[in-house]
Amino acid sequence: MRIIVCVKQVIDPDLPPAKFRIDEQTNRVIPPEGMPPVINPYDALAIEAALRIKDKQDARIIVVTLGDKSSEDVIRRSLAMGADEGVIISDSTFGGLDGFGTADILSQVIKKIGDYNLILCGRQAADWDMGIVGSLIAEYLSVPVITRAKGLEVIDGKVRVERIIQDTIEVFETEFPVLVTVSSELGQPRIPSAWGIIDAARKEIPVWTTKDIEFDLGRVGIKAKRNPLLKLSLVSYERNCEFVTGENTAEVARKLATKIVETKLI
Amino acid sequence: MTDLREILVVGETDDGKLAGITKELLGGAKRLAEPLGSKINLLLIGGESIPLAREGLISGADRVYIADNPAFSEFNSESYTHLISEFCKKLNPVLCLIGHTDAGQEVAPRVAVKLWAGLCMGCIEVRVEPEQGRFIQTRPVYGGKALAEYSSLPGRIQIDTVRPKSMAPGAFQEDKKGEIIKITEEIGSFLTRIRLIRREKQETEGIKLEEAKVIVSGGGGVGSKEGFKLIKDLAQLLKGAIGATRVPVDEGWVPHSLEIGQTGKIVSPDLYIAVGISGATQHITGIMSSKYTVAINKDSNANIFKVSNLGAVADYRELLPSLIENLKVLIQ
Repeated sequence: MRIIVCVKQVIDPDLPPAKFRIDEQTNRVIPPEGMPPVINPYDALAIEAALRIKDKQDARIIVVTLGDKSSEDVIRRSLAMGADEGVIISDSTFGGLDGFGTADILSQVIKKIGDYNLILCGRQAADWDMGIVGSLIAEYLSVPVITRAKGLEVIDGKVRVERIIQDTIEVFETEFPVLVTVSSELGQPRIPSAWGIIDAARKEIPVWTTKDIEFDLGRVGIKAKRNPLLKLSLVSYERNCEFVTGENTAEVARKLATKIVETKLI
Repeated sequence: MTDLREILVVGETDDGKLAGITKELLGGAKRLAEPLGSKINLLLIGGESIPLAREGLISGADRVYIADNPAFSEFNSESYTHLISEFCKKLNPVLCLIGHTDAGQEVAPRVAVKLWAGLCMGCIEVRVEPEQGRFIQTRPVYGGKALAEYSSLPGRIQIDTVRPKSMAPGAFQEDKKGEIIKITEEIGSFLTRIRLIRREKQETEGIKLEEAKVIVSGGGGVGSKEGFKLIKDLAQLLKGAIGATRVPVDEGWVPHSLEIGQTGKIVSPDLYIAVGISGATQHITGIMSSKYTVAINKDSNANIFKVSNLGAVADYRELLPSLIENLKVLIQ
């Protein structure tokens, strides 16, 4: 079977809030110094989900990213984890894509790759947090979608997906082709092996441009943005923290209990 | 062209009642409708909706549409997407508000594709600029580190999913009159390609997180499933609910239903006690409307202290038993 996984490069979500900067003139996030971008953590889980299928049966995993030259890193990381091939679609010519534009182009890329059974995406990207691209690709390709998978199983040419939403466990089944978005409940993504890293470094990664796929700038370009971004601003949740101190834990506990009762909130 | 006179709220139910989020959306819709002179339409999907329709009217709706065909009695992403899209095509609302719930997050993007609509997910505020006939939506981005404001495009339907607890419900109007309209027409032939094999509701004991006045939450620093015993003891003493960050959920120490934050629940208790929580923005964004936050963490540099009102630098294993004993005495 053939599995296509869509991945995105993002600013490390573990970046401490104090180091997070934005340019208020251009409404852009300033990439932090000394902290390289990473594969979107949910997309790493999508790769992991694909690899767990490949662990059990014959599968070819093709990783796709929309980005610039630096996005090669996320493809190499995916290959090092065990994916088979990767494609970069250079986004510079599209100029400012929103989720709809991204999904539109990715669906064209997936069509060109063709012959797929399963498309996997992370449930959302850790930068703009919209969580829509997977569902949109599915709509554009007219394939069914199951979002936020905890686990996937391929049985007799069908895929079974378990997910947890709020207080409910759900299990779905559908025929191929299908798009599934993967959530954090899947577990941890594997760490690439040394051999995997060496192997990945040797692989050619083609870069596709606007010449390689069909697209319509009226549909996907900056003029087609459905919701212009007016303002991007930092947010502070800071409060003045009063620290309770004491000679020993017993004293801290006593003072803390008193303070909590004094709030009259219990 | 969309019709400025119509605003749509897509309703949800919870234990047979109108969901809290739906009342919040109706309250928010009322404030947006006033300057535009718009009517508020509530769409209720699923069976047994007449008592709910009354509740919708007194919570602020001018018209309630009921799609009570048995085909809609259980949430199904494909059939709900179809119904909401077809309904929007007829009503032509300028704005469609959907809860940023599991179901809402699933259907909103799919409806947006079908309607060529604007779409903002997880909004915490929606404002109206009546002169321009547009809406401004604010939503947290980058895991809550920044806020982004987006404009809708005049003439195009705007779909917003709104986070729970971000809009205030309106005042009840017991004598509120309004129309209740059944959608009886054919649902059409939509594809349901996905079969539900199993659906199991996990019963959570005690108070619901979303409604709790007091929450005691544990993070990765709690270290084990056993560690949550102390969290539970404290929560029970304070008649509160138990919460968690993502790490304890991913590690399997507590069920997913206890997760608070960007990928879990949004809560707004009076008192939030964070135990062994480092304070990643992805978690903080889910507790930001808590009135008073207490942090207990071994690491004095943990970010959680920066966003708390009261802090104690201590190992929770030593502190909590003693804190519980002291509180027992003080509460009595």
